[in-house]
Amino acid sequence: MSPKHSDKNTNEYRRKFLAQSAAVAGLAIAPGIVLNQVAHAKADADKVTGSTRWGMLIDTNKCSKGCTDCVTACSDENGWGGTNSSETHSSKEQQAQWIRKVTITDKQTGHVQSLPLMCQHCETAPCVDVCPTGASMKRKDGIVLVDKHICIGCRYCMMACPYKARSFIHEKLELQKNNAPRGIGTVESCTMCTHRVDKGNDPACVEACSKAEHGAMIFGDLKDANSAISIELKKHGGEQIRADLGLNTGVRYQGL
Amino acid sequence: MMSLRQFAKHLVVLVGLTALPMLSNAGDLGPVVPKAKENASEKTKCIRPVTEMRKNHMEFLKHKRDETMREGVRTKADSLVECIDCHVTPNEKGEYARIGEDGHFCSSCHNYAAVNIDCFDCHSDLPEDAAKHLHTLNKKNPHHKDMTANGSLTKENLEVLTEGGNQ
Repeated sequence: MSPKHSDKNTNEYRRKFLAQSAAVAGLAIAPGIVLNQVAHAKADADKVTGSTRWGMLIDTNKCSKGCTDCVTACSDENGWGGTNSSETHSSKEQQAQWIRKVTITDKQTGHVQSLPLMCQHCETAPCVDVCPTGASMKRKDGIVLVDKHICIGCRYCMMACPYKARSFIHEKLELQKNNAPRGIGTVESCTMCTHRVDKGNDPACVEACSKAEHGAMIFGDLKDANSAISIELKKHGGEQIRADLGLNTGVRYQGL
Repeated sequence: MMSLRQFAKHLVVLVGLTALPMLSNAGDLGPVVPKAKENASEKTKCIRPVTEMRKNHMEFLKHKRDETMREGVRTKADSLVECIDCHVTPNEKGEYARIGEDGHFCSSCHNYAAVNIDCFDCHSDLPEDAAKHLHTLNKKNPHHKDMTANGSLTKENLEVLTEGGNQ
């Protein structure tokens, strides 16, 4: 057995052991309460793998119409919008928006729905296809990102995205959040809070939604049959926005 | 042909000229690099020897940036956030220098060597807690650049301004 192989085995063994002991600890702390942080904790040194696919399920019937807590939480966490006041010379249409609340009305029935819309983290992402430099990329765990180190700001990805999820930064920014670098001449969008997810936490929007006691957003691993999101999807299903495009989005909706 | 005497004269001039910058370097011509946080510079040293860091820090950062950005590796070593957290320190008045100013750890050397970097087009040039004060302040005055120019606001002043502390 090559040393590399045995290393891998050891790591896998360690990960399993840690996950099991963490699960036991979780049970011991509060029986009956599922600590979903424990479920997707990854060691800092571990690379993300394809055995996970992060996804989000949004129940539009639970999403409150006047509530914008998810948008505010995202802006606070990642330092865009009102949280970073250095984007002053751009018009409102030009300013970055990682997540927005959208209201849709069924013209026939008059049924009004409100839902958060952000990067849908497609499996076959059009933004990744069209990028000439490889800056628009998908992590192995399904999170679609912009590598701003090599982004040239051509904005092809913005045109390719059917969800209008990406923004371009037109001016020099400062005092960005240390966890969310963003700057002039590059495109950006929802990162599904990779910095939080890699530490085993939920994205900021999901956390804010459950804090507001709406519980309209579930975050989890789509490849893990026992995750809350998979169980819910199996039970009640979930739709993709523009499913006709066949993008296999990581963000799914219920009640559309 | 140059006579021996002439040659000796030239040699003396040449040696003199070469030695001049060496001698004056003993003075204060080099960059003044701000000290890192006390615990890092005194008790626990930098993660690598200073000489190695001076020469190769860009390679370490570049390697780490791809690992973190593309593969989700979140270890602290070689993380730019950690470098900034430890190396960007306030001066004796409690003021933080911003990128581009000689007092900023990165700029102290990069200004001297005239090497431009664009890391801070996207990354924050201050530790998280120092930046937080400026953030709060910015809400009241969008002309952020005037407020923070030359790091002229002390941490104490900022606290008074942002939290309406005792005047």
